[in-house]
Amino acid sequence: MDSTKQRELQIAACKIRMGIIEGVYNAKSGHPGGSLGLADTVTYLYENQLKLTTDPANPADPKRDRVILSKGHNAPALYAALALRGYFPWEELKTLRKIGSRLQGHPVMSATPGVDFSTGSLGQGFSAACGMALAAKLDNAAYKTFTILGDGEIQEGQVWEAAMFAAHYKLDNLVAIVDNNNLQIDGAVDEVMSPYPIDEKFHAFGWNVICIDGHDFTQIADAFASADKNSGSGKPFVIIQKTTKGKGVSFMENKASWHGVAPNEQQYNAAMAELKSALQALGGEQP
Amino acid sequence: MSATVNISKATRDGYAEGLLALYAKRPDMVVLDADLSAATKTEVFAKANPRSFFNCGIAEGNMTGVAAGLAACGKLVFASSFAMFAAGRAFEQIRNSIAYPKLNVKIAATHGGISVGEDGASHQCNEDIALMRTLPGMTIINPADAVEAREAVLAMADHNGPAYLRFGRLALPVINDNPDYKFELGRAVVLRESADDTVAIIATGLTVAMALEAYDTLKGQGISARVINIHTIKPIDEQAVLKAARECGKVITVEEHSVIGGLGDAVLGVLACEPFPVHKIGVQDKFGYSGPAADLLKAFGLSSENIVKTVIEVRL
Repeated sequence: MDSTKQRELQIAACKIRMGIIEGVYNAKSGHPGGSLGLADTVTYLYENQLKLTTDPANPADPKRDRVILSKGHNAPALYAALALRGYFPWEELKTLRKIGSRLQGHPVMSATPGVDFSTGSLGQGFSAACGMALAAKLDNAAYKTFTILGDGEIQEGQVWEAAMFAAHYKLDNLVAIVDNNNLQIDGAVDEVMSPYPIDEKFHAFGWNVICIDGHDFTQIADAFASADKNSGSGKPFVIIQKTTKGKGVSFMENKASWHGVAPNEQQYNAAMAELKSALQALGGEQP
Repeated sequence: MSATVNISKATRDGYAEGLLALYAKRPDMVVLDADLSAATKTEVFAKANPRSFFNCGIAEGNMTGVAAGLAACGKLVFASSFAMFAAGRAFEQIRNSIAYPKLNVKIAATHGGISVGEDGASHQCNEDIALMRTLPGMTIINPADAVEAREAVLAMADHNGPAYLRFGRLALPVINDNPDYKFELGRAVVLRESADDTVAIIATGLTVAMALEAYDTLKGQGISARVINIHTIKPIDEQAVLKAARECGKVITVEEHSVIGGLGDAVLGVLACEPFPVHKIGVQDKFGYSGPAADLLKAFGLSSENIVKTVIEVRL
């Protein structure tokens, strides 16, 4: 990836992080930590990977690639990415979690343009993604299904039911992304209930596996390029990405306490100041 | 059981017939099962249409989610297992992945109720209708015989949204084998009616044939009863229930399900502001146990004899 492209993506990711903070601050609740950690992934997905296969003006196009945020509590990241892409106005991010808002606390497919499946209860989005990938196979359709899981989420038994199903039915058009920030609400995932080794588990379940740094756009691009080439392999594809919960807002980084708490006014100002200066340093303009 | 009986067939067999017939109209449909296809009878569909059938293994939660994903891509999906696992184990998946997004998935559960028999209480689901009734937008169908089961499946061609269809293991008298039979979703079927009716027996599923048999016995004793089949428990036919209660004065509900949360409570809900007594026959807040289905049904008060006895008691 050339440096111009990389900088473009970094600028978009910075804007998405600002959108996350804006939403969660105005809602006075929500999940900033995981959302910030996921910002680079959704940036790449929406600003690069899906550019040719999805159209904000036609969000229900049957030919579109699908994205299911199985870790639905990171909705602020998904919403910011959708807003940046033009699915709805950026200003609407401030309505997150409010009465009458299209931006529900967790994603709702019937409420928000661009949301392909309703999630929030962990493990369930992954199964639905399997169903979508299977539907594509039945219809000989070319679209891919992407689904994003948390590393705590994969403690759910349903995740492994789905993993077995995807391999059994050779869903090589399915791409799972496991967001491995090693933190869940009650603490470090390896202390609460270790899911490790994640890569070996997926490998044993019959998946093609790649492990990357989820904040390095070169590695992210390579991983998605491998996912593109995975069709025909007869195996589903999983990207296991190391990320930092709270990434981009220094006082939120690597703290389980920022899993599901909104910043107060002072913290909001500090977070936005940090993101604005990062954006300026990259030469980007405010969203 | 009743004078109208001429064949005996399980509603799960009607389900299989319905799937085959529906496929002719809806080649986009997909059938899922969780390793019980021989028992749920989806194997009949699987053998005829192997490309549209997917066995999900013993993983009902995932099956339910896969069904949702397929439906979100426009497929008409039937997902089958025993009622205990389809509605019980996967309740939350049905709630969040199917009912909440209003997806076009039909949960087709077999082996509902106490008549599962010898397998015992672990497999006798008397709670599924109660669970499903709590879900906004969920349609619930509990057919009375194999003919109604087949027609209910066919009716799903024109029904867009989540539905729960409950079928049984036990072979039952076929009561609807007449050429005029027509299944109308949400419409109660008045099977016996006269101006002299002094009690309304509102039944569902396999208890409908019992209610018809009870009608004959009561008639012999000079008691005129109305018999109503409620195949669609949600949305319930409120007008039919109100009319029956107002014209007959007393109501007895009969269901192979807990008296908590099933047909009886649905009828009570309709009649909450009406001055008519309602007596619920059903499983009285107890778990079942192993035994032949016919013996269990009797032991739990699900028999024409108990309906007759109850009618006589409520009329005193």
